[in-house]
Amino acid sequence: MSTTLPPAAGADVVPQPPSGSDSDHGTSLWNEAFQRLRRNPQAIVGAVIVLLFVLVALLAPWLAPFDGESLPGRSEIRPTFIPGIGELAAYPLGLDRFGGDVLSKLIWGARASLIIGLVSTALGLIGGMLLGLIAGTFGGWVDNVIMRFVDILLSVPNLLLAVSIAAILGQGPLAIMIAIGASQVPIFARLLRSSMLQQRSADYVLAAQTLGLSRRTITMSHVLPNSVGPVIVQGTLSLATAVVDAAALSFLGLGGGRPETAEWGRMLTYAQNELAIAPQLAFLPGICIAITALGFTLFGEALRESLDPRGRR
Amino acid sequence: MLRVIGKRLALLVPTLFGLSLLLFFWVRSLPGGPATALLGERATPERIAEVNAAYGFDRPIVEQYVTYMGRLLSGDFGVSIETGRPVLEEFALRFPATIELAIVALIFAIGVGIPLGYIAAKYYGKAADHVSVVVSLIGITIPVFFLAFILKWVFAVQLGWFPPDGRQDSRIDATHVTGFWVLDGILTGEFDAAWDAFMHLILPGLALGTIPLAIIVRITRASVLEVSGADYVRTARAKGVMERTIRDRFVLRNALLPVVTTIGLQVGLLISGAVLTETVFAFSGIGRFLSQAIFSRDFPVLQGFILFIAIIYALINLIVDLSYSLIDPRVRVQ
Repeated sequence: MSTTLPPAAGADVVPQPPSGSDSDHGTSLWNEAFQRLRRNPQAIVGAVIVLLFVLVALLAPWLAPFDGESLPGRSEIRPTFIPGIGELAAYPLGLDRFGGDVLSKLIWGARASLIIGLVSTALGLIGGMLLGLIAGTFGGWVDNVIMRFVDILLSVPNLLLAVSIAAILGQGPLAIMIAIGASQVPIFARLLRSSMLQQRSADYVLAAQTLGLSRRTITMSHVLPNSVGPVIVQGTLSLATAVVDAAALSFLGLGGGRPETAEWGRMLTYAQNELAIAPQLAFLPGICIAITALGFTLFGEALRESLDPRGRR
Repeated sequence: MLRVIGKRLALLVPTLFGLSLLLFFWVRSLPGGPATALLGERATPERIAEVNAAYGFDRPIVEQYVTYMGRLLSGDFGVSIETGRPVLEEFALRFPATIELAIVALIFAIGVGIPLGYIAAKYYGKAADHVSVVVSLIGITIPVFFLAFILKWVFAVQLGWFPPDGRQDSRIDATHVTGFWVLDGILTGEFDAAWDAFMHLILPGLALGTIPLAIIVRITRASVLEVSGADYVRTARAKGVMERTIRDRFVLRNALLPVVTTIGLQVGLLISGAVLTETVFAFSGIGRFLSQAIFSRDFPVLQGFILFIAIIYALINLIVDLSYSLIDPRVRVQ
């Protein structure tokens, strides 16, 4: 955030073409945004974190000493003893109350988070963009009906909405993904719609209309590509929300399956009772969630800045 | 002004009506139907039929909806499956606890957030600015329940400064009049009870207030920076107006408008956060009751609580909108 505010802060050495010249395809806008991203330290830090997270998630089978579901240290666990960090050479980050290797569970947890985050955000994006596109294209009563529906969903706080949807679907990772995705639909719908409305009154749309292009062509190849910027930014930021919300839902116990499943949120659930004797069981997964969310947030915000050089926030 | 309030309230009606409709179908789309949700998955078909008849779940859907709406309008939100008490009563019993918690969280968020945001803007680009930017970034990304764990471990388990959970020490036999336990203690003169209840609010309050704090810091910083560059501030400075007057009357007053909007928007976050914070601190407010209701599949409670929360959320946003005209006379509500 430090380089955000004044346009004179040195971030804008890039020559700016007069706004409006990039209306044909938007590629120059994205090119320019990429150039600006490369110079933004915040974007680089965010990208590195995200990249590391994705790598750990993808390489989990090779990185993790133990399988995600296995409990290698079951015989080491006595009722009152949970080994801390480094207490047993074979398990550098210790064991949890089930005898699971904490390091392995953290690594497999990254994979679980990545899958839930990506799928749920994709669901939210697709659902929200469809609703927003329909509302923004047709306007009139269609717009009215859709936006009132969105208003109703927005009248319930986000996490609560996800919880209520998960309550219908039952417990399990699929339910969590759908619930989080659905709870993000209203945000994307509203964003795309307002962005499209803004673009629709632009001069190039009028020009396209005078050329006699059909409404469909204008919408799909002119208005939509120029409107997706804010949606993409929100998508990146939503990945952070999705990772945190997924952890929150599985922390609340909506994850389903066996209690020793490797999920960051669930590790926190069971760490509650051992906070006094083994705080690392809560801290390690908590730090993983926070850093992952930080990575997506940093990158998302840098992306927003780079797409909107005059942006204030 | 009254007419504006009336109009805004009237606009709320369709949203809440729509929400009640959604909630109605929500319960009826629970796996196995509402009777199974009530009795659990191992219920015998006879019991299910019995419950269906007793609650009217076997009636045509339109008729069920009319009955449901009729009950809602007459203030009957059903009975909790777990406790057997009316949902409205359960809500009223626990809501003051969550309000107390939210007040502590907001005082912390506003009291620390606005000065911190202002300092960051004033020392733009300097160390103080960087520190507050980093702090607010961490505040935004750290999960509430994880922060709650850290606070609990450091200040309750390790240092023992604050109680680790609950609303009041079980050894204290306090009289409760209003449901706001801190206030109760003061009213009845049991100051040790009030103090104890207050100490129980600190850690969950800090955990709950951190995300709003971080957001308030950012908005205040951005807003103060914007206003500080305004022509009238430069003019005031050129005329030799005292720095303090410039800060209070010119910069802060104008910069606070977006901050107020933001504070209003935090209410949703506070409620979501309360579900998690109250769970970690075993603090018996509406959030903890909700998270317990998720497990016991106490759908009348979920249904009623979500509706109440939506109403409160909407009302608070209305108050925020109306408060603009108090802070900024240029904004006249239409």
